[in-house]
Amino acid sequence: MKTKIDYKKIERTAAIKSNTASAITYVLLTVWGLFVLFPFYWMLLTSVKDYGEYSSEIIPKLYTIHPVLDNYGNAFTAEPLFNYIFNTLIFTIVTTALMLLVTVFAAFAFARLNFRGKGFVFVVFLSLMMIPSELVVITNFVTITNLELRNTFTGLILPSVTSVFYIYLLKENFAQVPDELYYAAKVDGTKDMKYLYKVLIPICKPTVVTITILKVIECWNAYVWPRLITNDKAYYLVSNGIQAIRESGLGRDNIPAMMAAVTVVTIPLIVLFLIFRTKIMAGVARGGTKG
Amino acid sequence: MKVVFENLTKAYPSRDKKKGGEVIAVNNFSFEIPDGKLIGLLGPSGCGKSTTLHLLSGLQKPTNGRIYFGEDDVTDVPAENRGVGLVFQNYALYPHLTVMENIIFPLQNRKGKDKLKKEEMHEMARETAKLVQIEELLYRKPNELSGGQQQRVAIARALVKKPSILLLDEPLSNLDARLRLQTREEIKRIQEQTKVTTIFVTHDQEEAMSISDLIIVMKDGVVHQIGAPQEVYDNPNNLFVATFLGTPPINLFKGKIENNKVYIGDNAILNTNVEDVSEVTVAIRPEGFLPVENGSFSCNLQRVEVMGRDISVIAEHECCEKPSFRAIVRSENLISLNGNTVSFDVLPHKVFVFNPNTGDRII
Amino acid sequence: MKLNKSKGWLYLLPALITLGAFLVYPLIDVFIYSFQEDFMTASQEYTGIGFGNFSYVLKDPDFLQALQNTLILVCITVPLSTGIALLISLGLSSIKRLRGLFQTLYFLPYVCNTLALGMVFMLLFNKTSDANVGFINNIIEAFGGTAIDFINGPYWAKMFVLCFYTIWVVMPFKVLILTSSIASVKDDYYNAAKVDGTSKWRMFRKITLPMISPSMFYLIITGFIGAFKAYSDAVSIFGSNLNASGMNTIVGYVYDMLYSEGGGYPSYASAAAIILFIIVLTITCINLIISKKHVHY
Repeated sequence: MKTKIDYKKIERTAAIKSNTASAITYVLLTVWGLFVLFPFYWMLLTSVKDYGEYSSEIIPKLYTIHPVLDNYGNAFTAEPLFNYIFNTLIFTIVTTALMLLVTVFAAFAFARLNFRGKGFVFVVFLSLMMIPSELVVITNFVTITNLELRNTFTGLILPSVTSVFYIYLLKENFAQVPDELYYAAKVDGTKDMKYLYKVLIPICKPTVVTITILKVIECWNAYVWPRLITNDKAYYLVSNGIQAIRESGLGRDNIPAMMAAVTVVTIPLIVLFLIFRTKIMAGVARGGTKG
Repeated sequence: MKVVFENLTKAYPSRDKKKGGEVIAVNNFSFEIPDGKLIGLLGPSGCGKSTTLHLLSGLQKPTNGRIYFGEDDVTDVPAENRGVGLVFQNYALYPHLTVMENIIFPLQNRKGKDKLKKEEMHEMARETAKLVQIEELLYRKPNELSGGQQQRVAIARALVKKPSILLLDEPLSNLDARLRLQTREEIKRIQEQTKVTTIFVTHDQEEAMSISDLIIVMKDGVVHQIGAPQEVYDNPNNLFVATFLGTPPINLFKGKIENNKVYIGDNAILNTNVEDVSEVTVAIRPEGFLPVENGSFSCNLQRVEVMGRDISVIAEHECCEKPSFRAIVRSENLISLNGNTVSFDVLPHKVFVFNPNTGDRII
Repeated sequence: MKLNKSKGWLYLLPALITLGAFLVYPLIDVFIYSFQEDFMTASQEYTGIGFGNFSYVLKDPDFLQALQNTLILVCITVPLSTGIALLISLGLSSIKRLRGLFQTLYFLPYVCNTLALGMVFMLLFNKTSDANVGFINNIIEAFGGTAIDFINGPYWAKMFVLCFYTIWVVMPFKVLILTSSIASVKDDYYNAAKVDGTSKWRMFRKITLPMISPSMFYLIITGFIGAFKAYSDAVSIFGSNLNASGMNTIVGYVYDMLYSEGGGYPSYASAAAIILFIIVLTITCINLIISKKHVHY
């Protein structure tokens, strides 16, 4: 006679166990969520605190009863914040557009065209991926200085229009498109250019979108190169602008206004992210590292 | 071990959130599976076969009803305590472990007094590997094996813990045609040797018919018929079972019952004592036709296909539900076919008559 | 036909020109710079060729400080961030409800400007002498501790903030990679293990961990490389004069040598950059060798 095991009881204890486990999981995940969110909250909160109120708080409050928008006004008048944002917009758009053009052409050449030396050039390209930007920035700085391109958009943009990694990513994707499509287009007398943007790019749209998004994020947050290449406030991008604000302007005497400036430069990308979050996250998971 | 399903129902919340409601995968299922047999669970895809298998293994819990293994009610028993072996459709072999490590994986889970020594586990694994004939592959990784070999490893992993029931989910679907024939013989042999109650799921009726002791025909979460393969083939409960089993498929005709005769068009093909029905579906197995001069069923001849032992006669009839139908005739029974017409006598035990609306069997 | 042959090169031309000018040439040049002793930017002259720049850099206390800071940062943040990211990803993968929300939320810092958010951290950890005390110090005081100056105070406090912020910044990427890696492990493996009565812990160790090991090592390797190149995180918290606050990093040292109040020495900058490159290359090779042994399939 087999001993009867009370499976109902086993089941019940198992259920309790797994419920507790999932409760703990939720609590921990929420804690981390707060941890991530808190700096954003603090940024927004400080930016709407009245300057007088903020200065009189010995212990900063976790909330404010009278949110004010004055700080935003102050930030824009005390600093050429609008200018920084405008510069960054131009920098981001032009760099991304040029990068796309260069990348698409190069990827197409590697994936579809046959020419002598292709294999060799591609190997060289691959090995270039390993070179850290820190190594080359020194000479680039000297080059741009010698060309007298400091404090110009050309100097800002030129070195970052080509990314070997993105060319590689797009080339791999282009190569997956069946040859037959290319030959069919050839037979129909389609020009390469037309094939490129009527067939190849639409098919590989996800990758194109991915590299665009990654480049936009990279441009918006660029700091090191712009810092080296610009010392005229008229050409500052947001990162440098913010750093300048912190060290010589509002950061010294008007923290709420500084936080307003920080909020202004942070919000655009957050909005962009919330709109395209699935695409951005999928894109980063496929081929992104920060910066 | 005997397995009993009692009024088993499994409902999922509908994926379509707008519609809401539930999708019923298994509906009020009751049947009994005798001990030590090889059972084929057969049905078209999406009919609830896999759900049934998951309910058996304990990976899913039924919404309603009970499951018994032998005399024990196991409905609430979690998967790990049921003692079932499960072979997955894609085998689910751990790619980073060798064949040996894969096979002893279930044994290593034992704790307390059931805990086994390493040598014991290896011995058991070797024994099982011998049973499925993969002894020489024990130290390879799954990705170095062919599909058929992976299948055997998966079966070995399921068998090593001496399960009371072995479950196989579409065991042949990932193999090529030649390997399929060989592997299904293999499954039959392993089952006969181990005598473990084995249930396998398939959508291929030939597979199920060829090796099962018993087949269960399912559709839309409902059991349509249970029985020995030949019995189900010879005596289908309803139109679905009749059409689902058999290659080439059964031929369907519009017909009627009048004056104790079954008519297809103007041809009275069969005598019966059933009352008049104005509309019926007459189903005749391809081997149910016997070509004769002046037979009861005359048709237009389309062509004749010779396939060695058997000969296919393709013919047309205005009442046929398809443009043409196929009769399979042994070559010695073939009469000379000339002209545009052919006439048949039909074998009464190869003819089934169904209600065209409900699919219920009339004759 | 001739045009056809050269068409490939034509399409490649823009990429080749920019890469040649801004990647290949500088790469060669940086080695030349690093061996030119006493190079003067103004006159473009140098006195000799040799290892003088390297020995200067290796003796420079600023560089040694930067090296120490970078090494501490690497040793703390890489294991911690990878470990925490693994825990969070496991948690995320075990839940169904609110998963999308948590994932989106956790990813937020990735898209944000590191410089800008560093300022918020600076504010949170601040301890200014006059009225305002930062939020973190509030908490410390509420629990009866004494306020610590995390921004201008003791070395370990500053290092703590830097590590803290660095982990906060790198976490989104790691969580994203690990969550998608865990999600790609097929359910069948877990079902098979469950039918065999495998415990949760064993499932994790024997199935999940080996199956996500390629992503883990990818994260560790990129984590090392990223941490060695730390710079803007430090700037955002301690301001751009990192040597003064003693919180410089190797990359920071390179840039400061190149261009800042004390800058204008491309030779020293080049030497430091090459030293950094050699360190990173060595560590990456070691990582790859270890991963060959431990990463499954």
